[in-house]
Amino acid sequence: MSEHVHIPKVGTLVAVWAALIVLTATTAAVSFLELGEWNIVVALLIALLKASLVAWIFMAVRHAPTLTKLFCIAGLVWLSILIMITFSDYSSRSWTYQAKPWSHAKSAPATQP
Amino acid sequence: MADTVIHEPSAEATHLRHHFASVEQQMDASTLGMWTFLVTEVLFFGGMFAAYSVYRAMYPEAFASTSEWMDIKLGATNTAVLICSSLTMVLAVRAAQLNQRRDLIVNLLLTMFFGSVFLGIKAIEYHSKWVEHLVPGFNFQYEPAQYAHNAQILFFLYFCMTGMHALHMIVGLGLLTYLLIQSIRRVYTSYYFAPVEMIGLYWHFVDVVWIFLFPLLYLIGHRK
Repeated sequence: MSEHVHIPKVGTLVAVWAALIVLTATTAAVSFLELGEWNIVVALLIALLKASLVAWIFMAVRHAPTLTKLFCIAGLVWLSILIMITFSDYSSRSWTYQAKPWSHAKSAPATQP
Repeated sequence: MADTVIHEPSAEATHLRHHFASVEQQMDASTLGMWTFLVTEVLFFGGMFAAYSVYRAMYPEAFASTSEWMDIKLGATNTAVLICSSLTMVLAVRAAQLNQRRDLIVNLLLTMFFGSVFLGIKAIEYHSKWVEHLVPGFNFQYEPAQYAHNAQILFFLYFCMTGMHALHMIVGLGLLTYLLIQSIRRVYTSYYFAPVEMIGLYWHFVDVVWIFLFPLLYLIGHRK
């Protein structure tokens, strides 16, 4: 069965480990810089890069069957749906109703007696 | 002539179940099943990440004020410890694939060691949160007072997220103990190592969750 088992090289694994440690030090160091809104962007981008390295090499997604890769992507799609719909709810709760011109087409706005 | 016959490993050696056509198909099914479970885990933690994002967007100043209570050194150390445990885990899977029993056992023990160090450091952090009166619902007192109510939401999320993560680590340590016992009993060979690989996937997933928890809880907005 050895022909379809991909045995990773130790050098590759150690290189990924080193990259993850360096990225951890980088994200901690960058958090001390004053970048305004960009602090959160940089922190999340580095986290995304680290997670991708772990998934691609350590979790061997690169050698996984296409169907498994599709399932990984489906997980990310569902996660983004979860976050986007939650945010579309919370970010629109403070919106107030304003009558648009076409709202008055059929009935005049209610007036106080 | 008998020595020219290529011996296929027996179904017993490969643990091939009768409902699978081949060892490869069985392995692909295991991997797909494990990833399906991990996707449900992504959404489980995703709910908490969404709640965290919503409340941080609602109360940015109160949330930023909590970051001075987060110990970046301990958080970064724990991140590094988990990354080391992921390396030893992937080396354990490699050792199992290559039939290197001694390396497998050593790397499983190292993974368990790093996992335990992580939980130990987490326990130190939880203890200091208790001493500093930052445990919501039990002893919460917070300065500045105008942020106390909303900061309590963050500490509630902090304990939920890191607590669920720590629970996953504890489950992982239990699974690793099982792998260690089975390795000592010589169950895993280069023909059969699926449990090592599947539990490895779980362990790396728990690492990935922490990779996102670390910047969100410890790093964002800790500058004055």
